[in-house]
Amino acid sequence: MQEFLQQLVNGITWGSIYALIALGYTMVYGILRLINFAHGDVYMVGAFVAYFAARLVGAPGPVSPIAAVLVLLIAMGSCALLGVGIERGAYKPLRKSPRLTALITAIGVSLLLENLGIIVFGPDPKFFPQIVTPRQMELIPGVLVGRHQIVILAVSILLMLLLQLVVLRTKIGKAMRAVSFNRQAASLMGISTDNVITFTFAVGSALAAAAGVLVGLSNPKIDPLMGIMPGIKAFVAAVLGGIGNIPGAMIGGLIMGVAEVMVVGYVSSTFRDAIAFALLIVILLVKPTGLLGTGMAEKV
Amino acid sequence: MSWFLVERVLFLFGRVEQEVKMSFTRREVLKGIAFCVSLFAVVLTACSYLSCAKKSEEIRIGEFGSLTGTTATFGISTKNGIDLAIEEINTAGGLEGKLFKVIVEDDQGRPEEAATAVRKLIEQDRVIAVLGEVASSRTLAGAPFCQNAGVPMITPSSTNPKVTEVGDFVFRVCFIDPFQGKVAALFAYDSLGARKAAILRDIKNDYSVGLAEFFATTLVSRGGKIVGDESYSEGDIDFRAQLTSIKAKSPDVIFVPGYYTEVGLVARQARELGIKAPLLGGDGWVSDRLIEIGGAALNGCYFTNHYWEGDPDPAVQSFVSAYKKRFGGNPDALAALAYDAAKLLVVSLKTLSSEDPGAFKTLVGNPTARTEKLREEALAKLRDILAVTRDFPGVTGSINIDEKRNAVKPAIFLKIENGEYKYIGKVLP
Repeated sequence: MQEFLQQLVNGITWGSIYALIALGYTMVYGILRLINFAHGDVYMVGAFVAYFAARLVGAPGPVSPIAAVLVLLIAMGSCALLGVGIERGAYKPLRKSPRLTALITAIGVSLLLENLGIIVFGPDPKFFPQIVTPRQMELIPGVLVGRHQIVILAVSILLMLLLQLVVLRTKIGKAMRAVSFNRQAASLMGISTDNVITFTFAVGSALAAAAGVLVGLSNPKIDPLMGIMPGIKAFVAAVLGGIGNIPGAMIGGLIMGVAEVMVVGYVSSTFRDAIAFALLIVILLVKPTGLLGTGMAEKV
Repeated sequence: MSWFLVERVLFLFGRVEQEVKMSFTRREVLKGIAFCVSLFAVVLTACSYLSCAKKSEEIRIGEFGSLTGTTATFGISTKNGIDLAIEEINTAGGLEGKLFKVIVEDDQGRPEEAATAVRKLIEQDRVIAVLGEVASSRTLAGAPFCQNAGVPMITPSSTNPKVTEVGDFVFRVCFIDPFQGKVAALFAYDSLGARKAAILRDIKNDYSVGLAEFFATTLVSRGGKIVGDESYSEGDIDFRAQLTSIKAKSPDVIFVPGYYTEVGLVARQARELGIKAPLLGGDGWVSDRLIEIGGAALNGCYFTNHYWEGDPDPAVQSFVSAYKKRFGGNPDALAALAYDAAKLLVVSLKTLSSEDPGAFKTLVGNPTARTEKLREEALAKLRDILAVTRDFPGVTGSINIDEKRNAVKPAIFLKIENGEYKYIGKVLP
């Protein structure tokens, strides 16, 4: 039982990382009907920006909590800019082209970021500085929760709540929902769709960057190709929850994380990647719209 | 559907062809082709002439290694060790007045790249011998090309037994995993008093899988028990699931026969999950980065190694100080083994030059059509000389090549304490 609970803790932490990345996929898909394959690489850039920012604020020595938050904000801010840049540079000129063109461009941007990463950061893995000192506490006897895991959970829950607040309670959130519902009608109502799309990319990329920083914190090894697998799995998580649906992405991410950890813990690590794609196939066969996706429901 | 596509493509091609024909006359096209061909020919002759002039008088040795990637320090240490050995020999005047040149290829830590690198070294650079790799999977990928081309290969530090089984042109200057796994298991059982052990192996890695097997066999034959056998793949960053199920079995020791990047993360996450049992590993742990990644989590862990830089032996100390002077920083075991491998090759070439000066001459510079056959025979002779190596005085101990082309050498146990390696003991073969 203890073992199972410990695995559950591991799975939920890992799942909230997937959820954060999946949100970016799902929001962009909701608005543009585009699968932004470069999203996983934005996550990688986020981790690297934090790596350099942490050195600026005094890592690898001890760092104050405020500095740690600052590192997170710098990474999120830079990646929001990167996301906007990608959108303006690569996707906006193709807005009127067939969807396949934009999809292939997304793959191109992804490869570009990975290989630029290899040139700029070097192909060797880097050790992510420990800006939050690791410490454990016992949840119930035998089940340990690390401070990193608590930080991951707290930051991701906070960010998801903020996102829900923005989408449901603000004007720009309303505009996002409108554009997602029908882009043409929204623009006829005087909504600047381009601004809404830019905002969506900025938010999605910032969330991916946060995920990158959190992963670097708890698994301190980062390299330019670290975004490929988590990117694909987060995409599966988004499809699992119903692509285009924000709560769906959160639930999908958690299911993916827990499923992966349970498979590794109780079956074999060789199935770690297989389970993600098995889930994808099952969900596409059984409920192609995903767990929460319903053809025309609220989509953002 | 597919037929439609084919038709479409053919149609497009037809259109392109028409456009080309429309814009150029046939004469212009011919002229263009003739110009390109002649330019290509000029460049080709110039290149071959220049490279011939440059390469004619040196003895070329090939080296392949992971200069980048998750095991980058393996390749860099090995390269430094080889460079140090070859520089020493070249400053002393080379061999018979001929200098050595090492041609290095980076395989980025990928077996498929390793195969390409070895082919390039043999076919394009025409090296007389290949030194490399550290990782057994990568050596295994390159070895068949050396064997087929009849070019001797010496791996400084691949310990999986399968490596030299590829053929009679493949040698190594380190001990092998059946020995390393055995002594690790005996150490766990006798010195640490461990009766229950868990294993966490890299499932995609020949070295790791082999070492885990030999460890398990010995421990079980002694009366110990393997209570958990988990796996991961190189490049993974999260091992908490595996470690949680290992923790539930409360082993006395955890054997992690992996490479340093993953081992550092494993140690960290094991301690985070409250696992107190010491980790035990093999020579894949050897790297400065191990301590950087694992930090305090590695305190009290043990691993087997080929040599110890603090060894008071004057041969070791003079090597350590020469290395420090040249590169800064301490040489690890992989640098020492690479140094030994390069020296062994040079000494064998020296034997060849004194026994058969004619054969030695064919190995200098580029072979011509006339010397091709003689060169092949000379390389076979070099192989025979390597195969009878006895008591070669290496930095990592004296090297004897057995009938399976493996070196028979002692293993050393090191303990990690506050980021330092502490010498525990030496096990003779």
